[in-house]
Amino acid sequence: MNPTLSFFYFLSFLTILSAIMVVVSRSPIHSVLYLILTFFCLSGHYILLNAQFLAAVNIIVYAGAIMVLFLFVIMFLNMKEEEEKFRGNVTKIAAAIVGGTIFIILFGAYRKTQVGTYNPYEFKSQTGMVESLGMVLFRDYLLPFELASVLFLIAMVGAVMLGKREIGERHF
Amino acid sequence: MIQPPAIPEIIQLIPLKSYLILSTALFVIGIIGVLTRRNAIVIFMSVELMLNSVNLLLIAFSSYRSDPTGQVFVFFIMAVAAAEVAVGLAIIVMIYRNTRTIDINFLKKLKG
Repeated sequence: MNPTLSFFYFLSFLTILSAIMVVVSRSPIHSVLYLILTFFCLSGHYILLNAQFLAAVNIIVYAGAIMVLFLFVIMFLNMKEEEEKFRGNVTKIAAAIVGGTIFIILFGAYRKTQVGTYNPYEFKSQTGMVESLGMVLFRDYLLPFELASVLFLIAMVGAVMLGKREIGERHF
Repeated sequence: MIQPPAIPEIIQLIPLKSYLILSTALFVIGIIGVLTRRNAIVIFMSVELMLNSVNLLLIAFSSYRSDPTGQVFVFFIMAVAAAEVAVGLAIIVMIYRNTRTIDINFLKKLKG
């Protein structure tokens, strides 16, 4: 078998497996660690798809910033030994039916769809590089880019305001 | 005959439908996680999983069609996800401080 092909299948298998482990593992710390593994696998997929810039950004933003925030909050709240009780079997079965139905519906839709494929003569291998992304981002999407900074400002103010301790409120 | 440009091996070998199925599987795992877990933080992580499955699909389509716009959208999704996680975790910390639990079954007070 072609090494690239087997690497793709191995990476997909690892992604799905670690995503399942995020959902089924009992302690939230293990969920976070498996989620980090999922993000690294997804970064591997991005590199295979020739999107190097987003692979780097995925590791920096998701595995670096967001997951550290999750880990920090989990250790902050000290829930390590607090084994959560899972919901009843009815909820589990209902959730499995909902998820399975969505998967089957989408899968059936894909079977009937022409998704198209690459055009070998107009293919540009530099699509995912910083240069071409920067051209699009700062020419066509400059206003959304600036609005994202406003969004971050609002998120920062909101997070600080929500996390601030009011007078008379207890510490942890 | 024009020489075709260098195309990554994965794009030549893997049909786009494999990425569709992979990202659908990730999305469904996220949905099941949101529906079955009671811990608010794990629910948040499942939402992140769903966002990432959409990112994977956008990047796959953008790479196959060599259109950088899809990857710019992934960039914006990551920015919005970061802001969402910051505010959401602040809310969870506040809930924990007031009720000493983050079990979402406990948070039924808004129910009429």
